[in-house]
Amino acid sequence: MKYVLKKVTTMLITLFVVSVLVFFSFSLIPGNPALSKLGTEATPERLAALEHEMGLDKPVVERFGEWFVGVLKGDFGRSYSYNQSVTSLLKEKIATTLILSVMAIVICVVISLPLGIFMARKSDSKLDIALSAVNQIIMSIPSFFSGIILTLIFGITLKLFTPGAYVPYHSDFLKCIGYMFFPALAIALPKISMVSKLLKDTVIKEAGKEYVRTAYSRGNATKAVFYRHVLGNALIPVITFLGMTFADIIAGSIIVEQVFSVPGLGRILLTSISGRDYPVIEAIIRLLAFFVVLSNLIVDLLYHKFDPRIHV
Amino acid sequence: MERSKKVKFITGLVITAVVLIMAVWGMIKTPYDPYTMDTSAKFAGVSFRHVFGCDQFGRDIFSRVLVGVRETMFISACVVFIGAFLGTVIGTVTGYFGGWLDEFLMRINDALLAFPSVLLALVVIGLFGSGKYQLIVALGIAFIPSFARIVRGEVLKIRNLDYINAVKLYGASNFRILVVHILPNLKTVLLSSIIIGFNNAVLAEAGMSYLGMGVAPPNPSLGRMLSEAQTYIFSSPLAAVFPGIVIAFMILGFSLLGDTVGK
Repeated sequence: MKYVLKKVTTMLITLFVVSVLVFFSFSLIPGNPALSKLGTEATPERLAALEHEMGLDKPVVERFGEWFVGVLKGDFGRSYSYNQSVTSLLKEKIATTLILSVMAIVICVVISLPLGIFMARKSDSKLDIALSAVNQIIMSIPSFFSGIILTLIFGITLKLFTPGAYVPYHSDFLKCIGYMFFPALAIALPKISMVSKLLKDTVIKEAGKEYVRTAYSRGNATKAVFYRHVLGNALIPVITFLGMTFADIIAGSIIVEQVFSVPGLGRILLTSISGRDYPVIEAIIRLLAFFVVLSNLIVDLLYHKFDPRIHV
Repeated sequence: MERSKKVKFITGLVITAVVLIMAVWGMIKTPYDPYTMDTSAKFAGVSFRHVFGCDQFGRDIFSRVLVGVRETMFISACVVFIGAFLGTVIGTVTGYFGGWLDEFLMRINDALLAFPSVLLALVVIGLFGSGKYQLIVALGIAFIPSFARIVRGEVLKIRNLDYINAVKLYGASNFRILVVHILPNLKTVLLSSIIIGFNNAVLAEAGMSYLGMGVAPPNPSLGRMLSEAQTYIFSSPLAAVFPGIVIAFMILGFSLLGDTVGK
């Protein structure tokens, strides 16, 4: 319990540090958002009025205080270009990106665990060598390129899905999942090869340890030793890796959303960057930071549960 | 070295050599001018004249790929240099002196490290705007934390070794200990992290230019060629395939080398 508490506190501190960094770096940028919003219609009076309305005339520290209280209440301010509150603007996009990321991680786990175990059991056979070579190649293909290849094969040649015909999750959830399968697969592919390679290596390393030999010598069945002892220990580093991968998968989904025209966080992040819509960019960064830190926390806790000796 | 490792190392070396040759080729002279548009060759297929075919403006894709490799390698080299240099400075200083500064910087470092580099780079691009040099700065900054973490860990191991205590007794200054006695020992660790850094930098650069945050058109960049070709994927799919294969090829070479060098 004390461990959990300590971890949660560290997480909150990290989030606070990220927030402060983000807030201050965005208030340092040259250029006045009020001026760019008014554009050619700017007169000194209108500019001053809008600056007052947007709260830009207050000192930085006071703005930080106000902003921080707002965030605690779940209020991220208003978007400059959409004239809508950031929270309502992002709600749907967050859900879309999360569905995509979770699907990617599920695909990754479902394929890579059996594959890794299979490769470890057949290690050094011709099949394993071939699979390892394929793994190495898949690892090197960036997700946006594998996305394009998947579109070419499954979308254009086999016509299993229509490229670009995204269905929002709230209109037809199943169709949405069906469309998202290929983008999720594109994100998952390089991760599948990494995870299965890691699992294979750790299983082989673990199987060579003395306690395994002892377990065999006591007359245990091969399968029982493998699943009860070897796999349990070999999974610990794999879980850490999966946790770290979650952040990568979210980043990957931002790029792959572009390939498959999925209107998620990535889309809006890119349009906000080109439109200099700072409240939206800030909110997205903070959200992503939250997901990343939260996934790290979950990994640490799982880690602790699997191996109580560990106090990271 | 065991056999499978040797095979990996040599394959990596050959691929990287080919990539470097392509980059140098792109520096000196390409078969066609990468900017000249030729409407008669629009979407021309693969032939002896145009090995990779032509794009939507009739520009020779192979020439553009060569220049794109050159650009990617240039950007990646700058990015890895910024990351490795500043990361080493931060890592050695904080690791060696420790104290509250170390604690403070490492908190920030860990927070940054939790972010994938593409996201960090997007944040910096969000601050400074997009373009080739902005991308170098953005990715360079994004690459500092991982180098700082690795170097710091190594310095922590070295700083309590007996020989460091011995030179301290001789009265060597901290600066001398850092530069003469600690830095040379970081060589192996740095070499393999630099190669892995190249692997990640190529991936990040291609991703960012795919998103349109890198080299500005009409200058060729591998990522942008992919995203442009994607618009015409129904009519001429090959235009997207070649730049993509070249990106994957570069990453494959660096990852094979990174797996085997220094281990």
